[in-house]
Amino acid sequence: MDILQILSNTGSSLIAPATIGYALAALGLAMHFGFTGLLNMGMAAFMAIGAYGYAISILTFGFPWWGGMLVGIGGSLVFALILGIPTLRLRGDYLAIVTIAAAEVVRLLFLTTTFDKYTGSADGLSGYHASFRSFNPIPDGTYGFGPWEYNANGWWVRIFGIAVLALAAFILWAVMRSPWGRVIKGIREDEDAVRALGKNVFSYKLQSLMLGGVFGAMGGIIYALPASVNPGVYVTSLTFFVYTALLLGGAATIFGPIIGSVIFWGVQTLLSNLLPALVNIGVLPFMTTTQSQTVRFILVGVALMLLVIYRPQGILGNKKELTFVK
Amino acid sequence: MSSKDSPAAPVEREKTTGLHKGDIVPGVAKVDPIIIADGIRRTFGGLTAVNVDHVEIPRNAITALIGPNGAGKTTLFNLLTGFDKPDAGKWTFDGHSLAGMGAHKVARLGQVRTFQLTKALGLLTVLENMKLGAKDQIGENIFRGMIPSLWRKQEAEIEERAIVLLKKFKLDAKSSDFAASLSGGQRKLLEMARALMSQPTLVMLDEPMAGVNPALTQSLLDHILDLKDEGMTVLFVEHDMHMVRHIADWVIVMAEGQVVAEGPPDQVMKNQAVIDAYLGSHQDVDLGVVTGRIEGELNTAAIDLAEEVKELDANIAKRKETGK
Ligand SMILES: Nc1ncnc2c1ncn2[C@@H]1O[C@H](COP(=O)(O)OP(=O)(O)O)[C@@H](O)[C@H]1O
Ligand SMILES: [Mg+2]
Repeated sequence: MDILQILSNTGSSLIAPATIGYALAALGLAMHFGFTGLLNMGMAAFMAIGAYGYAISILTFGFPWWGGMLVGIGGSLVFALILGIPTLRLRGDYLAIVTIAAAEVVRLLFLTTTFDKYTGSADGLSGYHASFRSFNPIPDGTYGFGPWEYNANGWWVRIFGIAVLALAAFILWAVMRSPWGRVIKGIREDEDAVRALGKNVFSYKLQSLMLGGVFGAMGGIIYALPASVNPGVYVTSLTFFVYTALLLGGAATIFGPIIGSVIFWGVQTLLSNLLPALVNIGVLPFMTTTQSQTVRFILVGVALMLLVIYRPQGILGNKKELTFVK
Repeated sequence: MSSKDSPAAPVEREKTTGLHKGDIVPGVAKVDPIIIADGIRRTFGGLTAVNVDHVEIPRNAITALIGPNGAGKTTLFNLLTGFDKPDAGKWTFDGHSLAGMGAHKVARLGQVRTFQLTKALGLLTVLENMKLGAKDQIGENIFRGMIPSLWRKQEAEIEERAIVLLKKFKLDAKSSDFAASLSGGQRKLLEMARALMSQPTLVMLDEPMAGVNPALTQSLLDHILDLKDEGMTVLFVEHDMHMVRHIADWVIVMAEGQVVAEGPPDQVMKNQAVIDAYLGSHQDVDLGVVTGRIEGELNTAAIDLAEEVKELDANIAKRKETGK
């Protein structure tokens, strides 16, 4: 068992593009669920729309990388409108059902062979990196130390991702400390009371859905930025994983979703390296290395349950401020 | 506000009179109405919850809406404030037609309400609850909200106003606590104070005294009376006849969805239709006190009522026989 390699992989995962992508999506869910009380169970679709919007506009329409990102963001705004206008007048639980269904529709649209020319159906999309990499200001070479040693492209993706994440966290912080954020938190508590004070609750919920949706789309883009767009990623369990990261850190906080995502990916990477290694040296004789990968996800489920039961406010949350087990 | 009244020794304030035009009948025209409603009907399945032909609410007066449980008072509130849509009917507030208007737009016009089941925003602090009530906030726009220099000044003004109101409602010591930590009565006070932050012209209070500790009742009554002194109009739902008699200038009685009587409080209490309305509902608490089923203090109004109740006993028995 190569302990150093396991630790190195784990350390590297802390700033991996996937981790940054999750953190952005979790910030989106903090906006939706943590602050507004909208139970959006379709975050995977926002991420898919971001990633596909980016890749398709580059591959099919020859857009530059930033144009592709704008298309991904625009797509998520349109999706938020389509999703929100019919459902935001309904009470919370309906939104959960509709979003989960809408996310499946989106995923299947990207998966179907009908649009194979654009989406690559089951193969997904790849080979859209040239434009983004051509903007890389970092000279060729390898930089960093220990687990964090990457080439110029590796750093460019990470630095860009962290910058986007920082911007998103700043925007979320700025709007939530404003009177706008006060209305949003009021809606989470009781939307009729807020309506009775003359606020257009529907419009605020739609704005929240759109802003959080843009964060999700950017998360999807950063996730896909270094490698490929794979339709197997944007399944409903992706939404649940992002929720796990969110609840781990604290749903109604700004840094909670980021810390939660880092811990989530750190633990995931640690387990996915450690469990097979333990099986191989005979410490876990009752399972195979393949089974150990499944155990990882069982542990995520158990962790989510324990979290909701014993620490619903997450690591950074204030127990008084958010216990969604009201 | 002046500090002329201390809660310990309430001053009987003058009633506003001469509010109506012509003979007092249900739906009588008012000299200066703030709300004029016509033909408002709301049914839930087969049940007609509200069926009001015509009603007018007098401006700058305190109007009590009374009636047994299930009379349709809350439903009428919901309709008038845009929280519910009627099957038929139209109404105006301050000259604006409100039919079909959403609740937030109604509130922006200056007609604010509180709820029978108090809606304090539990995980906002008391001060945040208050600030949320203020109208036309620059920072409530998402883009302007991101630039504090645009809204800081207004925010400070709002906070100042909130603190004055909180002091008046004796909630200032709690201003940084979560509203969830308040007692039921304090939440009622907070909800009312928050509604006042929007500087309304008409305040509609649905059972403001329900669940309020008797020690707070007097100060709540004084607050309601103050609203009138400050030029506002108050419409409130209340079960306690003593309070109605104490503060209302005008009383509207609903039963089974209709306005069955209205008039100045002392006259309405003697009205046959009112007594009938209350006897029609056996759940009413005040009735329990009146008939001696429940221990309670009988005030003069109740004594009057109790006497009439006795006289009406035979009448009720007959009604029950006919199966109504
Ligand atoms: N949403 C609703 N659905 C069905 N019936 C309702 C609804 N709201 C009120 N009602 C019925 O309408 C009638 C009037 O209710 P309400 O206005 O709450 O009475 P009040 O406030 O005078 O006690 C009652 O019979 C009540 O059961
Ligand atoms: Mg009621």
